[in-house]
Amino acid sequence: MKEDPFSLWVYLSQSPLLWLTITLLVYAITDAVSVATRRHPLGNPVLHAMWIIGLFLLLTGTSYTTYFAGAQFVHFLLGPATVALAVPLYENRKLVTAAIVPMLAALVAGSVTAVTSVVLLAEAAGLPLETILSLAPKSLTAGVAMGISETLHADPSVTAVAVILTGIMGAIIVTPLMNWTGIIDFRARGFAAGIAAHGIGTARAFQVDEIAGVFSSLGMGLNALVTSFLVPFAVTVLLK
Amino acid sequence: MIASLTVVLLCQLIGEVIVQGLSLPLPGPVLGLLLLLIMLLARDRFVMMARGPFRDNSVENVSKGLLTHLSLLFVPAGVGVVQKLDLLAAHGIGIICILMVSVTVTLLATVLTFQIVSRFTSREDAR
Repeated sequence: MKEDPFSLWVYLSQSPLLWLTITLLVYAITDAVSVATRRHPLGNPVLHAMWIIGLFLLLTGTSYTTYFAGAQFVHFLLGPATVALAVPLYENRKLVTAAIVPMLAALVAGSVTAVTSVVLLAEAAGLPLETILSLAPKSLTAGVAMGISETLHADPSVTAVAVILTGIMGAIIVTPLMNWTGIIDFRARGFAAGIAAHGIGTARAFQVDEIAGVFSSLGMGLNALVTSFLVPFAVTVLLK
Repeated sequence: MIASLTVVLLCQLIGEVIVQGLSLPLPGPVLGLLLLLIMLLARDRFVMMARGPFRDNSVENVSKGLLTHLSLLFVPAGVGVVQKLDLLAAHGIGIICILMVSVTVTLLATVLTFQIVSRFTSREDAR
């Protein structure tokens, strides 16, 4: 037994064990709340886990680097989980091939809207050029978006923040917005979630409906491909 | 289970190698997704592939296990954002509003296009 409880804290706070456990514990709680509220959009488990942990790090004066040493084990699984999306896609392949035409049309409409709307709004708001470029790829998954941001000589860390915020906001509003439009086709709803709000939108879609999840992962993957070509082109046209 | 997990990781690894090697504008795991999908489809066509991890839904079960808590996997990156909010705060609350409007418009444009084209094409089929 250590004499000083503070030295125990110093020891634990430097070990990945503590931060990994906190990540899982906080998520387990926020997810339980989300289930208890029958997956209410505002009960989004990612949103609440991130601010609770963020606040905890702030209060304990822990750096993100220290936290990430433990949380990286969870973060790492994003890659294998993306590969794993092949399975629901495979199991619903008949539905997917039947919807190929509406999907491609929606892909073009969605990816063009995502980029042009943010660029035009940011320009109208008088934001500096570097910020506009950093925001342009915000509907893509973080890895690809940051890559695009780099090639445009923008700020990849601003892009990362915009990507996560977009994902969270998309995941929260998608259900009420879709209910408002009265569209009950889960293929269309899911596909829109994936185009507009990448992986976080897809995670939300899987919570609501498996078919929505499948189409959301397709939207996310296809959008990553299209938007990587679209952004450099769009910014030269829109920002003259 | 280990063999199935290895298949998933292997797909990602091959995906990363191809993406980095050819500097493709697409994440390695997405290419890995395509590889796994092709393998699953090939398994149905060629009986000789239906062995090891590709038997008894083994790869399928491991993948579904990975996907059950997809939301959890975004938490570490999300916490990073909470720490970097000052980056956006420098430009004011305006950015949040811009992102909010943009994501809403994008959702609507996508869902409506999907719906309209889907109705149009299914009517064609019915004819």
